[in-house]
This record gives sequence, C-alpha cells and structure tokens, in this order.
Amino acid sequence: MKTHKVNKTYAEINEKIRSGKVVVVTAEEMIDIVRDEGPEGAARQVDVVTTGTFSPMCSSGAFINFGQFTPTIKAAKVWLNNVPAYAGLAAVDCYIGATEPCEDDPLNKVPPGEFNYGGGHVIQDLAAGKKVHLEAESYGTDCYPNRSAQKKVDLESLPYAVLCNPRNGYQNYNCAINLTKKTIYTYMGALKPRAGNANYCSAGQLSPLFNDPYYKTIGIGTRIFLGGGVGYVTWHGTQHKPSADRTPGGTPVTPAGTLCVMGDLKGMSADWLRGASMQGYGCSLTVGLGIPIPILNEEMARYTAVSDEEIFTQIVDYGNDYPNGVSKSYGQVSYAELKSGSIQVNGEPTPTVPLSSLVKAREIAAILKDWISRGAFQLGEPQFTLPV
Amino acid sequence: MYSRILVLRFPKSVVHKPLVCNLVKEYDLTFNILNAQVLPRREGILVLELYGTRKNFKLGVQYLKDQGVQVQNAEQEIKRDQNSCTHCGACTAVCPTGALSIQRPEMTIEFNQKKCSVCELCVPACPTRVMKVRPKNQTFFD
Repeated sequence: MKTHKVNKTYAEINEKIRSGKVVVVTAEEMIDIVRDEGPEGAARQVDVVTTGTFSPMCSSGAFINFGQFTPTIKAAKVWLNNVPAYAGLAAVDCYIGATEPCEDDPLNKVPPGEFNYGGGHVIQDLAAGKKVHLEAESYGTDCYPNRSAQKKVDLESLPYAVLCNPRNGYQNYNCAINLTKKTIYTYMGALKPRAGNANYCSAGQLSPLFNDPYYKTIGIGTRIFLGGGVGYVTWHGTQHKPSADRTPGGTPVTPAGTLCVMGDLKGMSADWLRGASMQGYGCSLTVGLGIPIPILNEEMARYTAVSDEEIFTQIVDYGNDYPNGVSKSYGQVSYAELKSGSIQVNGEPTPTVPLSSLVKAREIAAILKDWISRGAFQLGEPQFTLPV
Repeated sequence: MYSRILVLRFPKSVVHKPLVCNLVKEYDLTFNILNAQVLPRREGILVLELYGTRKNFKLGVQYLKDQGVQVQNAEQEIKRDQNSCTHCGACTAVCPTGALSIQRPEMTIEFNQKKCSVCELCVPACPTRVMKVRPKNQTFFD
C-alpha cells in the first residue's frame, strides 16, 4: 500500500470544521498554492478544496408526493403545469423529468422549436415557491375511486419533494462542431456550418470530478452543494465510464465519470435550479452542483491543483458523426485553449462558445467554501467510493 | 441622414387619400415600405423606414399627424434581464455583430447594445430566455 507523508481523516477534518480551524480554498485558489508550496506543503496547509459547476444537466428530475384527494385517487397520469410527470408509482407519487416538454408544445414542427416550458421549468417554479397546477387522472379502484382530480400545489404544501438526478456532473464532455453546410441546433447549442463555432460544456479546473479524477473521496454519502441546498452523491450516474483514456495526471480526455445525486428540493433555490430551453433540442434543467474535496493527503492536493492547461477534450462533429454513431475526434484541445476564445479546427481558427457558466461555478465554489469555513457544512464520508 | 422605422395607421376616413407620396414631394424624404395592409374595416397599416434630414423628418411626421394618421415609432431594441442572466455564453454562438461577447478572464457575458443590430437571434438561443425584444421609447413623437 502506498504511504503518504500527510495523512488526515474525515473525522479530523470535520473536527476542524466544528472548531473553526479548517482551511478551505477553491479549486482555482489551490492551483497557485500547490505551485508555491508543493503538494505536501499544500496538503499540510489546506483541509478542503471546493469545486463547482453550473450547466444544463438533462438527466435531472424530482420525486414528488402530492398528498391524497377526497375521494382518494390512484393517479395513473399526472401533469404539473401541463407537463406530464411519470405516475407509474404508488397512488400519489410521481417523477417529473427535466426534459419533458409541456403537453401542447409545438416541439420541432417548425424547426428549430423553442421549448419554452418543460419539466426543468416546473422544478424551477417549485423551487421559487410558485404555485403549480397539478392534474391527475386515473381508472378508479375500490380503494381509490376518484378518476380525475386537480389542485394547486407549491413546494411548502407538498408532503415530499426530492430532487433526484440520475446523471449530473459529467467528468469532461465533448467539444462540439458542425461540419455540414447548414446550421444545426443541438443539446450543445447552435452550431454554425463548416465548423463556424466550437461549443464546450465544462467548468474545467473548477469541475468536481476533474479535481478527484479517480473518485478517491467521492462516493455514496458524499455531502454536496446541490441546487443551492444540501444534497448527497447517492450512486454513480448513468453512463459512468471510468475506463476512458486519461492523461498521465489522471484526468480523462473523453466523457468519463458521472454522478447520481439527490437532495431535498425544499432546501433548494430557483437561483441554482434554472429551467433551460435548448433551441431545436428540448427542455432541460441547469443545475448548480459543488463538491468539497477533502485533502486527506498530498495525492489529493496534487489532484485538486489540476489546471485548464492539463485538462483535455475531443472535438466531435455533431453534423454527421454524432447522429450516425461515428466516434471520431477532430483533435484534442485543452480547456485553457477553449477558454481563450479560439481553437484550431482542421488548421482554421474557430471561435469557442461555452455553455457552462464559469461565473456561477466560481460562485458555487465560494458559497461552499463559506459554508464549510463557518462550520455550517460538514464533510460526508462515503460508504464506498464510485467505481474506478 | 436620419432614419426611423414607423408604423402608420390610417383611419377609414383618410385611407383613400394619397398622403405618403407627399413625404417625398413636399418634405424631401425617402422611404422603404416594409409592410402594408388594408384591413377589412378599411383601416390601413403601413410600416416603413423613413429617411431624411432630422428637420424634414419632423415636419413630414407632423404633416401625417395633421392628416389624421397615427404615427408610432416601431423601432425595437434587445434588452437583457441582467439579474437572470447566468453568464453561460450560449448566445455568443449566434450573435453576428459581437454585441454579445465574453469578458476574459472573468468569463462574464457582456452585452454592448451599441453593437446590437436587433437581429433577434439571441432571443431563442438563450437557454434561460433573458434576452427580450422591447419597443424603443414609445413616447418619442409625443
């Protein structure tokens, strides 16, 4: 077993949080600290590094129990503000998914569709404390005779509302271009023809899983910033793929790890759960997510010091290749290049467009840093870490 | 050269009169008709961009008003809901004039209205819909 010169436990760090002696820095601040002090010096000095990301995350949604009606109903179909919610659960339970469009949305009938209201917007409205119109239909049973019911609900009146996102916080994502001759509208935004722009979606050096590339501290029970409140990592996410190719430093160069996260919607805020309308594509939810990474040893100090120059992704054509399942890279670029505003695609300069808000990612890392420094947030020790 | 896009509403009583041609004859103005329609109740609507010196422009508009034509400034502008913008950057993909740009290294999204051509491409491209089309000062001619 590898031995470290610095060794800290979760319990020791939490004790420091309780006593107010904890040293917390953001993942961006950590870069300079490790550069100046070295990983070992930094690990002695810093206890927790905070990360953050704020991006559209389509695999998001909420489990809602909306309470019974009189007479009672076994809701088979449910709508929230006319957005269908999955109701194939117990009598008054449902799941509202972020990408579900409103029932009478014209979709892409006149492309590109606007997708102005969907599941993500319902979640935002609930988090904002707004009233939401709930409609339920059923076939009627002896114990649940009601066939149709409706009421206004809000977050406060709902007996239970839990955000449950089966895939968030993707560790890396493609840089999207379009090599066809027409503008296309994708979940990566509008892509102009002949590689007119290159869109990317990651907070890079601030992104949670880039700062713990082998998930040494992240697993079931890791306490996190989720949607402005407190949440937990509850499993690895769908499409979690730790086997992706990696740099010598450990960061994957293609989409890799993902997180399944949960948290009580009642503690969250509409500032950090924003309904998103991706033109020509569909509805989604922009989620604010931040993970504190305990600096248990110098190895974690080195991981959290990763900078945009050392994180890479692939340029992928969403015009022909992606829709046809062709896996081809038009080059590997660093997040430092992407953030500079221009990259080279086939030898031509191409403007880059971010879809993930770095401004908000920094804000999340700063909020989490503040919570921990004030003793308002303790680290959750994972029961077991994500599969590597 | 001064120019503005105007919406002219002709009530039934004046819709049959040749009025707009007098803007050229009497006031040395030129125009480009963008839309014209006579409605079933014989009210007419004309959208045009009017060009000329500022003085003639004012006189021409006054002439139309004196004839009973309602004149409205149709010009629009793009406004950003500053507080709701998440600074993601998606709009910069479609903005053709660079009015929407990224301030580095902060990575904030700046909106320079002076560069905006009101093409409206950013309106549906913004995932959180913070870019809005608004009419410019409606009381311009009052």
